[in-house]
Amino acid sequence: MTLDKAKKGSKVKIININNKDIKSQAIRIGLFEGAVFMCSEKLPGGPVILQNKLQEIAIGRGLAVSIDVEGV
Amino acid sequence: MGHCHDNNINIKVKDGEKKLVLVGNPNVGKSVFFNKLTGLYVDVSNFPGTTVDISYGRYKDYVVMDTPGVYGVSSFNEEETVARDVILFGDVILNVVDAVHLDRDLFLTKQLIDMGKPMLIALNLMDDVRRNGLKIDVVKLEELLGVPVIPTTAIKGEGMDAVLNSIGKAKVGNRNPRLIEKIQSYLDKVDNEAEALLVLEDDETVAERHEIEISGQRDEIYRERRREVDEIVGYTVVETSNGASLRTKIGRWMLNPITGIPMLAITLYIMYKIIGIFVAGTIVGITEETIMEGMYRPFIEGLVGGFVNPETFLGSVLIGEFGILTMAPIYILGLLLPLIVGFYVLMAVLEDSGYLPRIAALVDRSLTAMGLNGKAIIPMILGFGCVTMATMTTRILGTKREKIIATVLLGLAIPCSAQLGVIAGLISQLGAFYTMVYVISIFIVFVVVGTILNKLMPGESSQLLIDLPPIRIPQLKNVILKTVQKTWMFLKEATPLFILGALLISFMQYTNILVAIQNAVAPITVGLLELPKETATAFIMGIIRRDFGAAGLTSISMTPVQVLVSLVVMTLFVPCIAAIMVMFKERGYKDALLIWLGSFVVAFLTGGIIAFIL
Repeated sequence: MTLDKAKKGSKVKIININNKDIKSQAIRIGLFEGAVFMCSEKLPGGPVILQNKLQEIAIGRGLAVSIDVEGV
Repeated sequence: MGHCHDNNINIKVKDGEKKLVLVGNPNVGKSVFFNKLTGLYVDVSNFPGTTVDISYGRYKDYVVMDTPGVYGVSSFNEEETVARDVILFGDVILNVVDAVHLDRDLFLTKQLIDMGKPMLIALNLMDDVRRNGLKIDVVKLEELLGVPVIPTTAIKGEGMDAVLNSIGKAKVGNRNPRLIEKIQSYLDKVDNEAEALLVLEDDETVAERHEIEISGQRDEIYRERRREVDEIVGYTVVETSNGASLRTKIGRWMLNPITGIPMLAITLYIMYKIIGIFVAGTIVGITEETIMEGMYRPFIEGLVGGFVNPETFLGSVLIGEFGILTMAPIYILGLLLPLIVGFYVLMAVLEDSGYLPRIAALVDRSLTAMGLNGKAIIPMILGFGCVTMATMTTRILGTKREKIIATVLLGLAIPCSAQLGVIAGLISQLGAFYTMVYVISIFIVFVVVGTILNKLMPGESSQLLIDLPPIRIPQLKNVILKTVQKTWMFLKEATPLFILGALLISFMQYTNILVAIQNAVAPITVGLLELPKETATAFIMGIIRRDFGAAGLTSISMTPVQVLVSLVVMTLFVPCIAAIMVMFKERGYKDALLIWLGSFVVAFLTGGIIAFIL
């Protein structure tokens, strides 16, 4: 499934980031293939918030659509 | 090897001096280290071709250079380009790391180590580590990285002396052996190993400088580096407690629309109270009226008037109504400076507290409809202070498309503080109905123009991808430092624009061009907008300085509908002459001209529609 489909409170593993422009930047703030996050918040129609330990990342909905994840 | 490239850095280094470069992710407290090292004697050097300034100073026989906060070394944006070149220029690297976010920060650290320069690490924010129930095995971390790691809490001064004493012990860390092997093939084509690594990682600028084709290995190298970082974090960081602390909870409330929207509303209301009432009223009353108008103007007029006849062209250029020694400094120092300082203080508080990125996430959804992402809220908020300042801030947006949309919306629909005061005064006399029509009209223009631009403009806007740092209480020292730096930047960039603007207007006034334009505009204002002829003068004055125009309206007798129409039209015009010039500077001649002329069309069209309906 894609990240925008992940349920709030669920744990997801990043499988693929299908956005060339953002991939390298994403890796550097900790968003990369294989990383496991908790989907800690989903703003209605808006960004998905991922959390790993103390780190949180906000990902725009349009970008979340292009990120493949699987439930853990 | 050895052919020298112009790295764009105009910092003088004496013989025997070493170059120490401070590198770190954004908001890790790097500036505290820089200030500790360099003391008061800091120079600022603009990086040619960019808007980024590099601060540098001296510590013993080191030239210490600061870099913008980055997540990695490459050329993804202006900050990175500058940081990269300063790092390449440096001899020793002091990497400041946020100990709470090792998994994020060590990516940059590992990359720096792979560049092969001697370095040391300040493991900062150790107090936060304890507070968050984490434990870090510093000895193990040092062993795994192969460079000195010194725990610090910079804002409390803890560990600072240890860092200073360890600079001499900086060494090349444990580099990835596979990368050392891979860069061999580039070494004869570039100046050093650091450059070779960047070429290997597909850095197009460095590759181009040395005329090397990039190999497309970046993703693979980044992934491997990521794995290394995770391994290191796994060995060295222990979580002793779990569960959401109060600060985590507050962070959540800020994001959740049900709690977040009221919190944002309250925050904006407080900002309005501070800036709109206190700064724009009380403070500006003192700085503009009492000091600049009351004391400075008579002084400068007397002084210059002794040499130059105020009636001559030179006289009017210097001390006339729009004089470069009268209007320009009174406007910049009396009116703008307090507002800019006020805004930057509040923005620094929002940023350092961790609230600003959460606001960006909260409003992201609403802004995507207009081709912007949540980050664009920053220039939008600043626009209510000064559109000139806000237009400069559109640099933080990801694509040219977003920069144009944001510039258009700022110019059109965001009234700056100078103007808001006068508008509020005029519209409050008309009552609630007209106030509502005014607010709704401007809001509709904002949404409609943004949506249309998003549909019409080619390309795609960038998506929101931001790190949400933990909620913290901002440090006063840091807030002051940021405010001073940004205010100084603004004054440096905007002052020439205001002076040039003043010159231009004086010239137009002296040659009667101003009157000619007013007469040319009059048919539109009378015919289409059904307004008295004199409003054209107020409109033209409004372009010179937004508040002039709005104030000019008070002296014309008009019906409530006419007042409303003229206020709407005036708000929609591109703000003052400085804002117009900054638009031209930031967006280029062609785009800016289109935006500017377009704003007239939208303004007159909207005004005409309201005049027709009401």
